[in-house]
Amino acid sequence: MLPFQKKCSRCHILVVGNNIPSVLRMFVNGLLLMRVGLLIPCYVDAVFPEVGVASWKLLRHLGLDVTYPEGQTCCGQPMANAGFERQAVPLARKFEERFKEFDYIVAPSVSCTAFVRLNYERLLEGHECTTAAKAMDIVEFLHDVVKPQAPLGRFPHKVSLHNSCHGVRELGLSSPSEQNIPSFNKIKDLLALVEDIEVVEPERPDECCGFGGMFSVEETAVSAQMGLDKVQRHIATGAEYVTGPDSSCLMHMAGVARKQGLGIRFKHVVEILAAGL
Amino acid sequence: MSTSHSKKAKAFLKDREYTQWHDATFWGARTKRDNMAFGLEEWEQLREKASAIKRHTVSHLDQYLEQFSDNAAKNGATVHWAADAEEFNQIVFGILKGHDVKKLVKSKSMLTEECGMNPYLEARGIEVVETDLGERIIQLKGQKPSHIVMPATHLSHDEVGELFEQKGISDEPGNHDPTFLTYRARLSLRNEFLTAEAGMTGGNFGIAATGDIVVCTNEGNADMSTSCPKLHIAAIGLEKIIPDYDCLAVFHRMLARSGTGQPTTTYTSHFRKARCSDGEFHIVLVDNGRSDWVADPDHWEVLKCIRCGECMNTCPVYRRSGGYSYSYFIPGPIGINLGMLRDPSQHSGNVSACTLCNSCQCVCPVKIDLGDQVYKWRQKLQEFGTASKSKKMMCDAMSSAFGIPALYDAATRSAHLLNKMPHGLVHCGLNPWAEGHEMMAFPKKPFHKIFGELEKEEKS
Repeated sequence: MLPFQKKCSRCHILVVGNNIPSVLRMFVNGLLLMRVGLLIPCYVDAVFPEVGVASWKLLRHLGLDVTYPEGQTCCGQPMANAGFERQAVPLARKFEERFKEFDYIVAPSVSCTAFVRLNYERLLEGHECTTAAKAMDIVEFLHDVVKPQAPLGRFPHKVSLHNSCHGVRELGLSSPSEQNIPSFNKIKDLLALVEDIEVVEPERPDECCGFGGMFSVEETAVSAQMGLDKVQRHIATGAEYVTGPDSSCLMHMAGVARKQGLGIRFKHVVEILAAGL
Repeated sequence: MSTSHSKKAKAFLKDREYTQWHDATFWGARTKRDNMAFGLEEWEQLREKASAIKRHTVSHLDQYLEQFSDNAAKNGATVHWAADAEEFNQIVFGILKGHDVKKLVKSKSMLTEECGMNPYLEARGIEVVETDLGERIIQLKGQKPSHIVMPATHLSHDEVGELFEQKGISDEPGNHDPTFLTYRARLSLRNEFLTAEAGMTGGNFGIAATGDIVVCTNEGNADMSTSCPKLHIAAIGLEKIIPDYDCLAVFHRMLARSGTGQPTTTYTSHFRKARCSDGEFHIVLVDNGRSDWVADPDHWEVLKCIRCGECMNTCPVYRRSGGYSYSYFIPGPIGINLGMLRDPSQHSGNVSACTLCNSCQCVCPVKIDLGDQVYKWRQKLQEFGTASKSKKMMCDAMSSAFGIPALYDAATRSAHLLNKMPHGLVHCGLNPWAEGHEMMAFPKKPFHKIFGELEKEEKS
């Protein structure tokens, strides 16, 4: 091991520590050591391609060796959360084949990442499973592994932060409001690298917005009410935009907001981080 | 695509003003809990400790039950074992009949609710009077508890005032001041305490090392119920046994902080024996499924529950659908799971009432994996024959599309055609998404069709 290298605590591959300049660190980490597989979840692919574009541009801007493997579809989460986990098994096998060559699998989606990380070992029982330990949401990947120091994009707007449940309580992107632990928020930390942005949080900062996958079509009334309550709390901050680490929450809230004629806009956090790149 | 819960929730949500009040009231309970939890530096350590004690006790329950029963008998209590609800009711009725009891006053017990004890005794000529104020209100109203700790919080003070007027408890029509109504309830209950021949309590904890039954209340009604009559019956589920006072100290710091946002309940009473030489103290230990649940590898940890009710207060679905939208007598996250253990054919309709947000398992003082368990129950609905057919069809269609790349490609590439369809057609009753949402606009090209251009652009 070179003197400026250390082992990453998550995946035990060599990365370069903080004690050398960031440009050099990116260079060595990105070009020599890490291979990143970009996971663009099905609903991002089909409904929010701009989130995929922003993810790609951002990772490339940071000098990383990124590949977008072809033939990706879905991780299996929607069926599994609905109670049909076995239908996710063939998808998990394909996923494992497609992504096993990478050091990191990075996705702009906390719920898909959490599903892979927490369930794939069980779903792939009897088969090799390397992907569960390597899957990272793009926010935690940037925050914990890449650690960019230089300013990213510019976004001169007031933004209300949507802390998606699976980001908070499964991936640990921020301290859950229920727990008496030191407060932190990795999304806020990253947004601090964006110029001219003002970041605020709504009242009840990590209460669920009511999407929940199939929940939104099975429990339509509760889901819509939760969405409306959440959107109104975001609006009450005076923000122009709601941003978060999961397009599914944003899609749900945007649908509710439009139905109710409420004017607030929604952007995935990578779109803001990559603004102007 | 609806369930028993979703239908009742929809009806509940029709009254916007009421549901906002309901949500804010129970969120208020969550906020009070947060103030308490964040006031103790060691809160997370306490949760870890509490979970570990319960895991240990529940997995060594046979030893602790015997120890408890031996010590209780040594103290002079009579210990009974009830295998199920029917046997429990028979035992209680037998004791009461043996003492010619006409009226039983009782403090709060969800176990007697579980066993249907009140109607059983009433059908056999025994008057049962609830003495917890909330329980008394819903008893007079002919309702069931809508929450396990705050059973009547769904009612307003006007509703309570009118009820008390009807029942002759309040003598000032139109005076719905909560302090006044509480005063009137106290006067009325005082008379019940003095004229009852037996008192019943539940039990928050049973202490194996000493044989104590520990009851936590805010109103002192358990003490009144046991200080006036000479006969005391305590009903307690098997899982409520804990090893000793050191363990009690851990739970006692968490129960009221989690449940009601208080540092402690106003009264914490320990019962060991009959209050006087010619009195009797009976303890009924109730199984009613619990010894089977211990053996369930996916769900045994629900037996760690100390019934603080905080999972209901934090649950965004409970707050917006109310206790009566669940088919089981215990609502909210813990109730979904307990109902499924009791009878999946009756209670599968509650499993939909969860977004898997996991707030419940982060708030739970004994760290029960409540949300993860809901996920596991959903996987079993097909086995129970209670899975939704339309949901299965939808998932089958999705997995075919995701499993065949050509199909997926065609579907995502043509999705934008939906944008051009007439609004009324897309937002018809067949599209449940459109009930609460405007449809999203699909892009001309999905990301996987744009990606090639991105790469080219970068190279140039």
